[in-house]
Amino acid sequence: MMLRHFGLATTLSATLALATPAYAATELQWWHAMTGANNDVVNKLAAEFNASQSDYKVTPSFKGGYPDTMNAGIAAFRAGNAPHIIQVFEVGTATMMSATGAIKPVYQLMKDAGEPFDPKAYLPTITGYYSTSKGDMLSFPFNSSSAVMWINKDELKKAGIAEIPKTWPEVFAAAKKLKAAGHDTCGFSNAWASWVHIEQFSAWHNVAIGTKANGLDGFDTELKFNSPLHVKHLQNLIDLQKDKTYDYAGRANAGEARFGSGECAIFLTSSGYYGTAKGTAKFDFTSAPMPYYPDATGAPQNSIIGGASLWVMGGKKPEEYKGVAKFFAFLSDTNRQARLHQESGYLPITKAAYEKTKADGFYEKNPILQTPLLELTNKEPTENSRGLRFGNMVQMRDVWAEEIEAALAGKKTAQEALDAAVSRGNAMLRTFEKTAK
Amino acid sequence: MEKSAVFNNSKLLPYALLAPQLIITFVFFYWPASQAVLQSFKREDAFGLVSEFVGLENYQALFAQPEYYKSMLTTLVFSTLVAALSLSIALLFATQADKNLKAAPVYKTFMIWPYAVAPAVAGVLWFFIFHPSLGTLARPLRGMGLDWNPLLNGNHAMTLVVMSAVWKQIAYNFLFFLAGLQSIPKSVIEAGAIDGAGPMRRFWTIIFPLLSPTTFFLLVVNIVYVFFDTFGIIDAVTGGGPAGATTTMVYKVYADGRLGGDLGGSAAQSVVLMVIVIALTAIQFKYVERKVQY
Repeated sequence: MMLRHFGLATTLSATLALATPAYAATELQWWHAMTGANNDVVNKLAAEFNASQSDYKVTPSFKGGYPDTMNAGIAAFRAGNAPHIIQVFEVGTATMMSATGAIKPVYQLMKDAGEPFDPKAYLPTITGYYSTSKGDMLSFPFNSSSAVMWINKDELKKAGIAEIPKTWPEVFAAAKKLKAAGHDTCGFSNAWASWVHIEQFSAWHNVAIGTKANGLDGFDTELKFNSPLHVKHLQNLIDLQKDKTYDYAGRANAGEARFGSGECAIFLTSSGYYGTAKGTAKFDFTSAPMPYYPDATGAPQNSIIGGASLWVMGGKKPEEYKGVAKFFAFLSDTNRQARLHQESGYLPITKAAYEKTKADGFYEKNPILQTPLLELTNKEPTENSRGLRFGNMVQMRDVWAEEIEAALAGKKTAQEALDAAVSRGNAMLRTFEKTAK
Repeated sequence: MEKSAVFNNSKLLPYALLAPQLIITFVFFYWPASQAVLQSFKREDAFGLVSEFVGLENYQALFAQPEYYKSMLTTLVFSTLVAALSLSIALLFATQADKNLKAAPVYKTFMIWPYAVAPAVAGVLWFFIFHPSLGTLARPLRGMGLDWNPLLNGNHAMTLVVMSAVWKQIAYNFLFFLAGLQSIPKSVIEAGAIDGAGPMRRFWTIIFPLLSPTTFFLLVVNIVYVFFDTFGIIDAVTGGGPAGATTTMVYKVYADGRLGGDLGGSAAQSVVLMVIVIALTAIQFKYVERKVQY
């Protein structure tokens, strides 16, 4: 979900996809949710893989947005014709991993196929999200991002703000200055309300979203994000919403256009917004790490990822699994990963690719692309910042957003809204727990 | 006059003639409806790997949710507004189009177009037109001093989904009203005019009563429309928000079943919804139809 718009507008040619000769190769279906430039990346990767060997043919097909693709996969599984590989967004992780029998864990796949596979070669902040508590990788990370703060440098300069704010109090002060300087409808804002103000906020401040390491260690987790720090943060947003120093911009990422249009000069959203920002913003912009409360102990901790991973569906032939394993090994290649990262804005998934990009001096020229990586690797992850895994998360995000909206509209206090979000979320977790045994 | 057909030759023929209609009703109504009832007593994961019979547990959980009662209230407001507005506006347009206008065919064609627009597309259009900071019509609203913000203000969001749903439904109602108006004999209206009845009087005492079969039919169809067919618009315009202000019962069925993967709970809701609509339709036929003059 986070990475709907990402990446440099790569000038890739789709003709490569057509250049694959027709011979009797084992066909591997790959369902994905990538549009625009991202779609080109998917097609190009498949075409390159198909050209690199003759035993397998990966066929990508676009299935709509993230929830649509996931639902299409589930429906296809129920009907007995699931694809081999399906791209599922990060919040669908718990649903997928609980479906034992419907999926083939990636570590198992690689072992069975005898492909060289070292889990330690991957960046732990990324793979941790998609691994069991024992460290077994269940799905293959494909496009990953994190939340960053986008800054309109021109407008900050005009408002007399010399330095990019680092803490929340500094952001609030800067937003007030921006408002005074003519941004009367929006001092600062954000997309993906639940992701930014609950999920990322909690990890970045090393406070729990839920027990059991945010659900990573078991489905019998309980939500905890009605802590005093969370309440204080939401209360600040409520106060600032009144005169639009902060102005809510919706649950998904349609509000990102408010940054591109220059209306909001400070905007928190996915690092995957880079491609769109580059294409639409007619001003000097950059990305900065998310702000934090300086009085919160240990903040900033590290951020968590968003984006999607590739799941392998169960019940296929061993021969087909061999092909999928080969494809994943192909995707993990250092040069390919480094190039993918530099061209598209995807985070690299292997340590080697990250090191290579650093060694190439790429980040000196493109510091924007390093911001999410610096956040993710800021500190050794704790129980609160390894990731999160809650059942029913797709819908739960909407429930959390509903309560945030009620608070910002003045219908509930910060405490009431967060208490309600926690108790409604817990009820959903219990329903999920009953089906996921 | 008694109407009866006699089939002497074959006992099978009447059944064969009835069969297509019965099969369609069975396949498209009774079978899915019975599946929904069955599903509502079960708890199942999204993939259908685990399925167990839980009796009335889904219903108990449903009626323990304050959000469910809130969605009932939202549905009441939403359906009343949409049905009343789309029927009355369509009737107004139809009476105007029924006059001898030069551009009447063009006007009629334009009126019918919105019906061909898919609900999701219509929703996206309205979402962008009235988006608080991007919308072309939201800017003038804000310029007039109205703090237009459907992203946070529940009443604004409700206004927006009602407008989109009404906009889409007017076309359909318009078409039927126009046909109804054209089937009213001109002589009756002329007789009224000769007797000195003004246009308003003619409308309320002649046209409106003669139009009542159409109006009654449209009332039933519109109620079914708002109850079942509007989730696409709501999904695209507000996603049920803000804070559940536009989460109607049918949208909740969709959200819990499709986004939440809770098929049992979702099925229980659709059963409740089905019972409500059947009851509403029965009431309409029993009480409202009495006033209809065929």
